[in-house]
Amino acid sequence: MSKRNAANDRRRFITRALGAAGAVVLAGCDRLSNTEWFTRTLGKADALSYAAAHTIGRKAMAQEFSSSDLSPTFRSNGTAEPDSPEYRALAQRAFADYRLVVDGLVEKPAQFSLADLRLLPSRTQITRHDCVEGWSAIGKWQGTRLSSVLGAVKPTAAARYVVFHCADPMESDGRDLYYESVDLNDAYHEQTILAYALNDAPLPIANGAPIRLRVERQLGYKHAKYVMRIELVDSFAGFRGGRGGYWEDQGYQWYAGI
Amino acid sequence: MDHAVTGAPVARTYAYARHSWPVRVMHWINVVALTILFMSGLQIFNAHPALYWGKSSYTGRPPILEMGAMEAADGKMTGVTRVAGHTFDTTGVLGVSRDRQGELSARGFPWWITIPDNRWLSMARTWHFFFAWVFVLNGLAYLLYTVVSRHLRRDLWPTPNDWRLIGQSIRDHIRFKHPTGEEAKRYNVLQKIAYLVVIFILLPLIVLMGLGMSPWLDGIIPGWIDIVGGRQSARTIHFIIAWLLVGFVAIHVFEVLISGAWNHIRSMITGRYVVRGEGHHE
Repeated sequence: MSKRNAANDRRRFITRALGAAGAVVLAGCDRLSNTEWFTRTLGKADALSYAAAHTIGRKAMAQEFSSSDLSPTFRSNGTAEPDSPEYRALAQRAFADYRLVVDGLVEKPAQFSLADLRLLPSRTQITRHDCVEGWSAIGKWQGTRLSSVLGAVKPTAAARYVVFHCADPMESDGRDLYYESVDLNDAYHEQTILAYALNDAPLPIANGAPIRLRVERQLGYKHAKYVMRIELVDSFAGFRGGRGGYWEDQGYQWYAGI
Repeated sequence: MDHAVTGAPVARTYAYARHSWPVRVMHWINVVALTILFMSGLQIFNAHPALYWGKSSYTGRPPILEMGAMEAADGKMTGVTRVAGHTFDTTGVLGVSRDRQGELSARGFPWWITIPDNRWLSMARTWHFFFAWVFVLNGLAYLLYTVVSRHLRRDLWPTPNDWRLIGQSIRDHIRFKHPTGEEAKRYNVLQKIAYLVVIFILLPLIVLMGLGMSPWLDGIIPGWIDIVGGRQSARTIHFIIAWLLVGFVAIHVFEVLISGAWNHIRSMITGRYVVRGEGHHE
């Protein structure tokens, strides 16, 4: 066999080997994505990111923008109008009957009307909303500081997380209400607000009326819309899928700072 | 004199240890991490297959790149890619492609280039962020090693003589001529420049642009990401660098294949590289 043929054979062998290896790797990756142990191992990196976020910039402020940066219209994503009779009844009367329930591990459970919330210390901020899908929109939000609400109900020493129960069903049969949760560091952050206004107008239904959480240093799905009840808990492990949120239960990261 | 190509003739054929074990280990970790980062990155991109310039996606200006699907009345699907106002029919590859079962479906990049293969954003993110940590820690270890071991000074940094021979090196590359003998033991100047650009510019920049997409990290020094125009610009740059790296890898693998493939691949696995003596021509 001539040297040239040997070289050609070798080249063909390498090319084929690489192609075969690629196919095996691809199929392997997809099989691994469906195993519990492997995805749990990959998920360990989220704990690392969360730990890093708690070490660097615990109190860092999300970037704020000027009104010239505002998106012409603020995109609505996910639920545009909750499909439930209870919500429709509230919306029909312009949320006059709305009461935000705050309970769980608190000394003084309370209910707040929209007017009550407006009387508490508020904050106005122009921030960027980053969707997990990749797009960003900039909007001007005004709302009650969550720390003020928490100050009024006094969380007990056992409270570690704040769970947001929402009005929008994620299934067409009216079940699977949206929910989210954040830790106390984010809950007490200066920019964490229960927004009731967007771009100087009452919060539209498409964007979460009457109240939407803004937790500016995390991705969009953490910003629960249509918040009906806020519950302080020591753990969310036993609740619903056990991962602290609707999308988290579908496999998305609970810590959505990246 | 064709100094750069032939080098000093050597009398005998012998093997030497070309790549140190840390370089070999880190090279292959990098191959795995970058491959997975690239493919899971394309799956993440598929969740919103459009790129923008600026602080947000909704600025009143159209995206600079966008992939989409158009469905005709008869149900026929067309994949459309728009770049800077120009529209291209990219059916089969971008916008619309056949899934594993052979059905045409709307997706940015086709299944065979993404991890996972089907539309699954959360799983792609899980892969991406795990291997981002692997890549960054491996990269930091490499940077430390390359400086401390003097690999950078000794092997990668172009010498004054390299710069003088750059024209010759360009001509050699165009004619696919490669150094032999003793000269083959050194990296040529174009190779050195390519490695340095990748190691010290493209890879750090793609990491930085990735970090710039994090709403948490954007707040560490509020507004720092505006240096490149904003978060959406960072996302676009991240995407462009990913493809520049694909270009680098394509050239890198091509050069390996045409300049003694097995010798090079073996030297990156076992370290052993054979220098051919006179009379040996392949």
